[in-house]
Amino acid sequence: MTQSATPDIAAGRLRPDEIAANFEDIKPPLDRKKALIESSRCYFCHDAPCVEACPTSIDIPNFIRMINTGNTLGAAEKILEANILGGMCARVCPTEILCEDKCVRNTSEDKPVNIGMLQRFAVDHLMENGRYPFTRQAPTGKRVAVVGGGPAGLSCAHRLAMLGHDVTIFDARDKLGGLNEYGIAAYKTVNNFAQAEVDFVLSIGGISVKTGQALGRDITLDQLRRDFDAVFLGLGLSGVNALGLEGEEQLSGVMDAVGYIADLRQASDKGKLKVGRKVVVIGGGNTAIDIAVQTKKLGAEDVTLVYRRAPENMSATWHEQEFAQINGVKIKHWARPVRLIGHNGAVKEVEFERTALDDRGRLVGTGDTFAIPCDHVFKAIGQKFVKDPVNGKARESLDLADGKIAVNEEMKTSLANVWAGGDCVASGTDLTVQGVEDGKVAAHAIDRTLRGAK
Amino acid sequence: MADLRSNFLGIKSPNPFWLASAPPTDKEYNVVRAFKAGWGGVVWKTLGEDPPIVNVSSRYGALHSADQRMIGFNNIELITDRPLDVNLREIKQVKRDWPDRAVVVSLMVPCTEEAWKGILPLVEDTGADAVELNFGCPHGMSERGMGSAVGQVPEYVGMVAKWCKQHTRMPVIVKLTPNITDIRKPARAAKEGGADAVSLINTINSITSIDLDIMAPTPTVDGKGTHGGYCGPAVKPIAMHMVADIARDPDTFGLPISAIGGIANWRDAAEFISLSAGTVQVCTAAMHYGFKIVDDMISGLTHWMDSKGYATIEDFRGRAVPNVTDWQFLNINYKSIARIDQNKCIKCGLCHIACEDTSHQSIAKIKDNGTRRYEVIEAECVGCNLCAHVCPVPDCISMVSVDTGKPYLNWTQDPRNPMRKAAE
Repeated sequence: MTQSATPDIAAGRLRPDEIAANFEDIKPPLDRKKALIESSRCYFCHDAPCVEACPTSIDIPNFIRMINTGNTLGAAEKILEANILGGMCARVCPTEILCEDKCVRNTSEDKPVNIGMLQRFAVDHLMENGRYPFTRQAPTGKRVAVVGGGPAGLSCAHRLAMLGHDVTIFDARDKLGGLNEYGIAAYKTVNNFAQAEVDFVLSIGGISVKTGQALGRDITLDQLRRDFDAVFLGLGLSGVNALGLEGEEQLSGVMDAVGYIADLRQASDKGKLKVGRKVVVIGGGNTAIDIAVQTKKLGAEDVTLVYRRAPENMSATWHEQEFAQINGVKIKHWARPVRLIGHNGAVKEVEFERTALDDRGRLVGTGDTFAIPCDHVFKAIGQKFVKDPVNGKARESLDLADGKIAVNEEMKTSLANVWAGGDCVASGTDLTVQGVEDGKVAAHAIDRTLRGAK
Repeated sequence: MADLRSNFLGIKSPNPFWLASAPPTDKEYNVVRAFKAGWGGVVWKTLGEDPPIVNVSSRYGALHSADQRMIGFNNIELITDRPLDVNLREIKQVKRDWPDRAVVVSLMVPCTEEAWKGILPLVEDTGADAVELNFGCPHGMSERGMGSAVGQVPEYVGMVAKWCKQHTRMPVIVKLTPNITDIRKPARAAKEGGADAVSLINTINSITSIDLDIMAPTPTVDGKGTHGGYCGPAVKPIAMHMVADIARDPDTFGLPISAIGGIANWRDAAEFISLSAGTVQVCTAAMHYGFKIVDDMISGLTHWMDSKGYATIEDFRGRAVPNVTDWQFLNINYKSIARIDQNKCIKCGLCHIACEDTSHQSIAKIKDNGTRRYEVIEAECVGCNLCAHVCPVPDCISMVSVDTGKPYLNWTQDPRNPMRKAAE
């Protein structure tokens, strides 16, 4: 193996037109004709299984029928009533494990109705051509603070504004959108859609936005609870898990995937992003897939994703795994990192130990190791809730469960007048659509509480 | 292997599949293409007196199913817009070149004996096998006292048929309009007038759609529309009823019928033949897909006949006629109920909601640990078939006969019938 003196991490590995082509929309939208054909495949099931599988319970057969009759605006309204971020969910939902997985068409022909693309067709049409479909109820005079402008926060804020409450969204970043803006792979949400959707959400009126306001730094929960009638926390997961290996913090070239993805999403010129010739990604979730594919699309020569268990254990869906492989990512299973090998302060190899399940089904190392040479290592082994900003110096602490905020079925936390939802709550999945539902459920609970407590 | 050869009024054709009088048979070019494709015969698009008629621009309207296929079609075209001598010359040439195929000529002239007397010898000279009198065209020509304006008056139908039989030795087929209350009346009149056969149905008065942007019917001619003649798969049930009515009417029983109306494949053809049609005529399906559809008609009918042991068309022609009856003679004691094949069910719930919302509440929705299951409540099921029709899976819901242990009893015999004649 030849070793260069310096790690090969460089910008501009591909021509600008190649980069542009690589980051085009991976699923180009349906045109009207395709939408008509696809919508005609829906059987208009009664009590449809797809609806049950949707965390926001969008009335899928109804909206698809509306597309088929040419009532595309009606279809979009139907979607947005249930899920105000229906446009983004249409792009990023793992429909293959949600609505489309339950489509009855799978039973006999193994090809579900393309619900996600139909949803996108309808919502895009409304956002481009329609009048704003929501109005606000009579003002209640109540004020609600929403901390975190990601999917959960936006959904909660919109619903509260509709119900007549005044909302202030606080977000630590410069832009709202949360992971929609900073996390999702670029080719899933092209043309600045995340911000267009934020603008769409805010068009309801009654929502003021304060960006650059981090909880625990610029604002405190105590203060919000004092100044507002209710607080919704949609904080997401701001911490990333560490490998726990020596040199992880010191060696250059070892990075958190989420940080790099955020930079990539914000880059005005992706060609200026530096990426290694040889990339190793550690993890098995969607973030791992996203960093692997995106570094490949930036021009990395070899991208190897290493996961410690079997394909079916990866939290990235089969569809995502396949997508990575189609895009030239090599996926290795049953190995865990045991050592980062550096040279002149930069990572040059990761040593892995092969893994297996023991008699009791526990993951164990086999002692057998191998090394993968690399210039760039991305850690994508999960994110975690950081509790300090919430509980640090608060008079009353939020109850946690499994390291996240504990909530009841109405998304109510242990504190009076504080609700929470999205990735930061204990029940949270890592799905955008679940965040939207949490925010909606919380908004209605807040509304009931505020109206009851005149 | 089944023999599809057809002999209709002495007109022989290699199969019973003819193209109906319509745009596909307007000129030699199309007809030759059709014969090359395998069609057994054609009815040449209606000839009239010179000068030829003039057509408008924008002529067809359509009704589509959800998957964008045409299930209904209408037109506001008139008869041929080419000079009579051009058509006659081409007919003669085609018949000479394709002697084994049926070439029937459709005619429509004003309702005077001179007019019919004048045109018939010209057609006879072409060597054509027969004439078909177009008493059906429901638009345009009817405003000029021809087409359905004749076909809607049984006396005229009989009168013109009689003239034609007097002035030609060719077989005379009378094409009937469905735009009438009782199809048996013009059919009887045609028979009385001496017609050798009837063909039906011609197109049905229709407006296929309104263009909601310009608030006008389609097809739209400079902002206006008119009713056109409706055809295609959607009219097949209407045509079948009318054919059956003539086939079982004692006054017209045995009158040869060339069936027309939504025939698109071998199965449609077999159904019409089972109702006694001697040949079947096709237009819309050919206009939709081209002439190649005859391949399936020939091969499909052959295979089906082989599977049933029918050697010739005559072996099954008319076999369904005795089973077409009046409602009052249906067995009121017969009972069938729906049965759902759970292995085929895809759990769409359409049977349940159709029955629950609009019928007899006899399909239960059961949820077991999140698994859906739909079950027929046999005691409530009246055997209406709705569930079987809305089910998207072939053969998933079948209607099963139940032995009630009761004898045949029709409404005329039923004690619950207040109009029942007293038992002897």
